[in-house]
Amino acid sequence: MLDVFIFATLNGLVTGLLLFMLASGLTLIFSMMGVLNFAHASFYMLGAYFAYSVSLYFGYWTGLIFAPIIVGVLGALVERYGLRRVHQHGHVAELVFTFGLAFLIEEAVQFFWGADTKNYQSPDLLDFPLFTLFGQEFPAYRGFMIGISISIFIGLYYVLTKSRIGIIIQAALTHPHTVSNLGHNVPLIFMCVFGVGSALAGVAGVIAGPVLTTFPGMAVVLGSIVFVIVVIGGLGSLAGAFIASILIGLLQSYAIASDVGMPDLLNLLGLEFDRNHPLTDLWTLTLPQIAPILPFLLLVLVLIFRPTGLMGKREQ
Amino acid sequence: MAILKKSAVWIGYLAALLALPQFFDSVLAVSIFNQMAIAIVFGLSYNMLLGQGGMLSFGHAVYFGLGGFLAVHALLMIEVETVYFSIIWIPLVGGFIGLLAALFIGTFSTHKAGTVFAMISLGIGELLAASSLIFVSFFGGEAGVSGDRTFGPPFFGIEWFQNLEIYYLAVAWVFIATVFMYLFTQTPAGKMANAVRDNPERAEFIGYSARKVRYITFCAAGLFAGVAGGLFALNYEFITEENLNAATSGRVLLSAYIGGLGYFIGPIVGAVILTLMNSLLSNYSDLWMLYLGIMFLLTVMFLPRGFAGFIMMHQLAWVRGKIKSLLVPYLLTGIPSLLFLISVVGLIELSHTDEAELYYFGLSFNSTAAMDFILIAIVALGSLLSIRRSLPQLRAAWEAANEIPESVDEESTS
Repeated sequence: MLDVFIFATLNGLVTGLLLFMLASGLTLIFSMMGVLNFAHASFYMLGAYFAYSVSLYFGYWTGLIFAPIIVGVLGALVERYGLRRVHQHGHVAELVFTFGLAFLIEEAVQFFWGADTKNYQSPDLLDFPLFTLFGQEFPAYRGFMIGISISIFIGLYYVLTKSRIGIIIQAALTHPHTVSNLGHNVPLIFMCVFGVGSALAGVAGVIAGPVLTTFPGMAVVLGSIVFVIVVIGGLGSLAGAFIASILIGLLQSYAIASDVGMPDLLNLLGLEFDRNHPLTDLWTLTLPQIAPILPFLLLVLVLIFRPTGLMGKREQ
Repeated sequence: MAILKKSAVWIGYLAALLALPQFFDSVLAVSIFNQMAIAIVFGLSYNMLLGQGGMLSFGHAVYFGLGGFLAVHALLMIEVETVYFSIIWIPLVGGFIGLLAALFIGTFSTHKAGTVFAMISLGIGELLAASSLIFVSFFGGEAGVSGDRTFGPPFFGIEWFQNLEIYYLAVAWVFIATVFMYLFTQTPAGKMANAVRDNPERAEFIGYSARKVRYITFCAAGLFAGVAGGLFALNYEFITEENLNAATSGRVLLSAYIGGLGYFIGPIVGAVILTLMNSLLSNYSDLWMLYLGIMFLLTVMFLPRGFAGFIMMHQLAWVRGKIKSLLVPYLLTGIPSLLFLISVVGLIELSHTDEAELYYFGLSFNSTAAMDFILIAIVALGSLLSIRRSLPQLRAAWEAANEIPESVDEESTS
């Protein structure tokens, strides 16, 4: 029992930290534009695919460095030539634009790389068990994922709160006009934030590609969950996004690892149901089965009872 | 007289719908028309939500799908004679279920418009799509559920074996749904939906509950989405999880947006364009989704009010009788644009094809020869340059045609 719990926790942490890498960029971009970027997970997918292509020729480590840069530049271009143009038509148009972009990127990925799953492998250097617990091995690559994620957050936190650039960015998010009057180029700052946010998604793609498999549907799989996290955490709140990421990561991991379900509950209550009952699917439901829908259930509940999310600011 | 003038459009619409199979009567054409009919009702109901009520939904397929599933279950019930009625009422079953679902979900999702509404709709869509794979006995898992429309009492001797018969039934429902959705825009509730979309605060100040107005619009949209789902069930006689997931919700957003939000006719245009692309273009190229994505992004960027909005842009020039002055500049820009489009698509197709020889617009190209690529690229570049040259002329002509005269006197003297 304990070993299941420990491994579920570790895997939940890996997923949670990975989700936060996406959610942090998304929430930064939200506080900047006031719009959720539907294409964010698509940049994550592009990161994995670029890294795969680079790694074919130059190895994994070169891909880890260059793929996020390419994705970041691509993101900045999208902001400069796409979003800024659509901005004048209002928020709905922006949201719809990013939605269309996500659709287009998925098609473009299939055009350039094909619809099949790519054999993107983790580096041989990290192909050993980090430690063995209760006879189970914990792969070093997962430890590496945790390490990379945590170091990026520390870096991001340091830049945003301690450095001069970070302070200007924070000021530009809340008071763009004042910052602009002080002589800073606010559109350029926004473009860079968008680029860095996309690059972060790209990093997440590079390190997640070998574990979660690299295929054209990988953006859809993670995309809506990242949305859920940003909304649950409170739009625009980095701390909220962090808590929500870890929460969702652990929740899903525990749900998958558990083996309880409705039959156990019914036994506990001393109830019994006929196998041929029309609601038989409901009485035989197990927790691993509903693990994929837990985040969405949480989302709907949070939006109904606390529309600002866990750490969101009070609405004006 | 005024009534006659008003109803002329509707009579024309009905006549066009009824006459379509007279001109194109192949099996493929009829199946395309059926798809179109379904897409029109679904698109109009989406426009009701987003264009009229300002609620951006990423889960509108929920009502379509639920309506469709219940409709198929109703067909199954007719088959085993649990209930006994003609299948012409099936779309009503779908509509009823769509309405019920919207009545329930609307109670908590219509508090706010904007991002909160969009997120709740996304969450509910994903929730239902995931649940539909879990509750196999009702949703049929990945295979879906299927029924048979030929049971039940025949309708004036029609037993619904042919797709063409279903088409005429669909026309009747499309027409009824369109009329009712149009009438809804004319009711006080419909007008208030516009007001709440534009400025909820002011609407509240004159005494309307923004939430209640949104709720009414939301329920009406759910009802008609369900009708569309019922039509789908009648046409295909099966329905799967795919019909209520995010992809279907996304497609209706695409079609309504490309057609033109905010114009009543917009979603109809969008539904026709998208169905044609879906069924005709997919025969020629497996990249049609890529083209659809590009077209969608270009529409959002350059034609924010869609195709219908593009046509309506010319209203002023038309009223002032200056539309003719635009014709030549349009041709001067339009022809190279078309050429540019064709050559770019040619390049994409040529680089994608697995075969050595590609037939494109009656010409044969060799996909292994660099020469053919360069040739097409030159055409593309040339037409692009030509567009750049003629665009200022078009802009000048456009401004001249839409120029607002300084004063009324000047116009009467000139």
